Amino acid sequence: MLRGSCAYNPARISRPRGTDLVKPAKPTKTAAKRAPKPTRAATQPVAAPPAAAKPVAAKPAAAKPAAPKRTARAKPAAQSIAAQSPTAKPALIETLADDENFALRSLQQTHAAAPRYAASDEELLHFDEPMVLIRRVEEKAGQLYGLGLIGGFCHLYIGQEAVAVGLQSALVGGKDTVITGYRDHGHMLAYGIDPKIIMSELTGRQSGISHGKGGSMHMFSVDHGFYGGHGIVGAQVSLGAGLAFAHKYRDDGGVCLAYFGDGAANQGQVYESFNMASLWKLPIVFVIENNGYAMGTAVKRSSAETHFYRRGTAFRIPGMDVNGMDVLEVRQAAEVALDHVRKGNGPVLLELNTYRYRGHSMSDPAKYRSREEVQEMREKHDPIEGAKTELLARGVAEDKIKEIDKRIRGLVSEAADFAESSPQPDPSELYTDVLVERY
Amino acid sequence: MAVDLKMPALSPTMEEGKLARWLVKEGDTVRSGDILAEIETDKATMEFEAVDEGTIGKILVPEGTEGVKVGAVIAVIEGEDGDAAPAPAPAAAPAAPEPEAPVARKADTGTTQLVTDAKPAQDAAIPFGTNMQTITVRDALRDAMAEEMRRDGRVFVMGEEVAEYQGAYKVTQGLLEEFGPRRVIDTPITEYGFAGIGTGAAMGGLRPVIEFMTFNFAMQAIDHIINSAAKTNYMSGGQMRCPVVFRGPNGAASRVGAQHSQNYASWYAHVPGLVVIAPYDASDAKGLLKAAIRSEDPVVFLENELVYGRSFELPELDDHVLPIGKARIVREGSDVTIVSYSIGVGLALQAAEELAGEGIDAEVIDLRTLRPLDREAILTSLAKTNRVVVAEEGWPVCSIASEVIAICMEDGFDDLDAPVLRVCNEDVPLPYAANLEKAALIDVPRIVATVKKVCNR
Repeated sequence: MLRGSCAYNPARISRPRGTDLVKPAKPTKTAAKRAPKPTRAATQPVAAPPAAAKPVAAKPAAAKPAAPKRTARAKPAAQSIAAQSPTAKPALIETLADDENFALRSLQQTHAAAPRYAASDEELLHFDEPMVLIRRVEEKAGQLYGLGLIGGFCHLYIGQEAVAVGLQSALVGGKDTVITGYRDHGHMLAYGIDPKIIMSELTGRQSGISHGKGGSMHMFSVDHGFYGGHGIVGAQVSLGAGLAFAHKYRDDGGVCLAYFGDGAANQGQVYESFNMASLWKLPIVFVIENNGYAMGTAVKRSSAETHFYRRGTAFRIPGMDVNGMDVLEVRQAAEVALDHVRKGNGPVLLELNTYRYRGHSMSDPAKYRSREEVQEMREKHDPIEGAKTELLARGVAEDKIKEIDKRIRGLVSEAADFAESSPQPDPSELYTDVLVERY
Repeated sequence: MAVDLKMPALSPTMEEGKLARWLVKEGDTVRSGDILAEIETDKATMEFEAVDEGTIGKILVPEGTEGVKVGAVIAVIEGEDGDAAPAPAPAAAPAAPEPEAPVARKADTGTTQLVTDAKPAQDAAIPFGTNMQTITVRDALRDAMAEEMRRDGRVFVMGEEVAEYQGAYKVTQGLLEEFGPRRVIDTPITEYGFAGIGTGAAMGGLRPVIEFMTFNFAMQAIDHIINSAAKTNYMSGGQMRCPVVFRGPNGAASRVGAQHSQNYASWYAHVPGLVVIAPYDASDAKGLLKAAIRSEDPVVFLENELVYGRSFELPELDDHVLPIGKARIVREGSDVTIVSYSIGVGLALQAAEELAGEGIDAEVIDLRTLRPLDREAILTSLAKTNRVVVAEEGWPVCSIASEVIAICMEDGFDDLDAPVLRVCNEDVPLPYAANLEKAALIDVPRIVATVKKVCNR
């Protein structure tokens, strides 16, 4: 049922961003490899109201081209985007044209004008390395889970690596803070936290970052400004707003990056937090990692508005729609967002369109999507392969890339060995850290 | 025909008020909607509007009068025909019995039986000879927050109506003026959201005091209190602390029905990782709230709306901070121990006084902190009196009373001369009707009867 009905739309990932806003971005070599898609917005050709056609040409900043909401909502899954005419013009609405102070898509336009971060070869290698590290650690975690060394739930980040790496590479260490949900290993590795203590926590050892008392979903490193690791879907959004509140209260110039998924984006507290964050101009970037599925429920089966970057509109939070499979596009989006937030303008909402290759957790048989869909993403949109292809195209020696891969494999097997040979927590740890003080 | 103007009840807990100012004088013509007077309640100064049209006849209660009972006739409005003679005194008016009636009816509701005049004995921890002042619980709580805010720049207060409105129950009165909007923050009505923001801010190094207008509304936020605040330190192996205080009124309020009247003490006391405090008098309210704000742990601080306006003695100390986790003997006795907390302490003390008249010398323990519970204080008293009754304004099932009874069974069995019994509210949602509310709530006679039972009397 899902296969034919476009339950998840990979086109959103490969579509050159911003084509419905300004002139199409020049395809890079990497982007050119991918299937070009014109737009995701219009689901059917709609005759644009003549009055509304003008502002787009005259005042692109104020107009907001998109499909009329009623059309988009009435038939969210019915039409294949690929099947529509590439020449179909997006319909126009002017919901915000009367309020020039607030342009939801102003950041999107900035981003679309220059969507990819101009990384040097060296920088791109630096992005490649943690992505490979995350991939290999997660693969190893999957193996150890299969061997019974990791228990409970274990949510792998494979496929989504470009998101954490691209965003966190733009943060300022010692100043900014990060918080996320239960799919947290990748974010920790992207923040440079030692894979040994992560692997030890996954296997429930004394040497784990929480002495084995947190596990896969509850890992923290306050020293790194990493505030978890939260198992309740959506809770990290309010908590992240609290971290941002603390930044603003102390006036320390820091920004909080709060990650959550397309599933959490339907939790009520997310919108309570949006409201206060915008009302109080808190320094926070809300990051929706849209991997297409909330557990097994496709976005289109769970969400009336599947364009998550618009979810802040009611709270006057500007949104950006970002290809989460391209680390340079992610990084550039982070630059735009952080610049906006650091200037005291309040929150930004980023939608990172990404994909997880593995199930929701290790116990997920993934019956809700097709093998072909996964395969298509792996083959055509893989963030690590994308980075490698670009490095080679730039003339970076293959040996250099292989050298990184080799080093990381060593690092990961060392981390796994370290974890496996570490002792379990001392039984006395059962009673420690329940409360800080003694009463 | 003349119409009596009666002292209005302007809040659920108001029993009397001050007639602050008359805005009309005798002989004035008034129409419906005209403001007649300003009346100060326990929470705010309210305007009193005319409902009937006519001429102000006699003003019976002059402005500035304090302690005017709700339902008392304060003036008479003459009808258009003006035939009614000015009422010389309320007693002489034909409707004289009527003003008494509402007063009597009000006194008959359930929550009035919860408020007693009984005062606890002075805290043994207060140095002998310390000067004492009289203060309401409400002001004691406010002073605790203000003192901690002066002491520590990380402390801030956040919640619904805490700033410009001066607190829905006036507990945060004056804080905005002193500390400004950066540190006294009105939130939208969004408990889940601001509880999360407060918890996150604590994780981020601040000292939030999060006010719930009442703890009934904290149900919308209990996920953050338990899953986010209580478990963080443990899950992080002691790395990430969460020094937040969630405070607000808890327990039965007056005539507001089931959704606004519940004691959540046992809900929170159930959870490892939380500190739960429920003070009774002003000294404990202040000393323990200051301790809660200084604590490195997340604290649920349960106040009681019906006690806010009550006055108690408070030691005049520069820095009155009390220990968390320590119960207090508020009345010494030798025959039986009554264990209670929060508003139940007043009932227990009142019961003890009545029992004394019947030759039973009851000791009363105020638990003050519900987690960690002071097991030692309970067991020491049990060893002395050999009989225990638990009095709790709350449901009986899985209650604090249940826990105290379990402690007595586990560690005090050999000292027991009788089964430990509990006196709680009835096991029903709190009804609205005055007579049913009265029947549902704990009262002194029930405590007295139960104590007699365990004393074989």
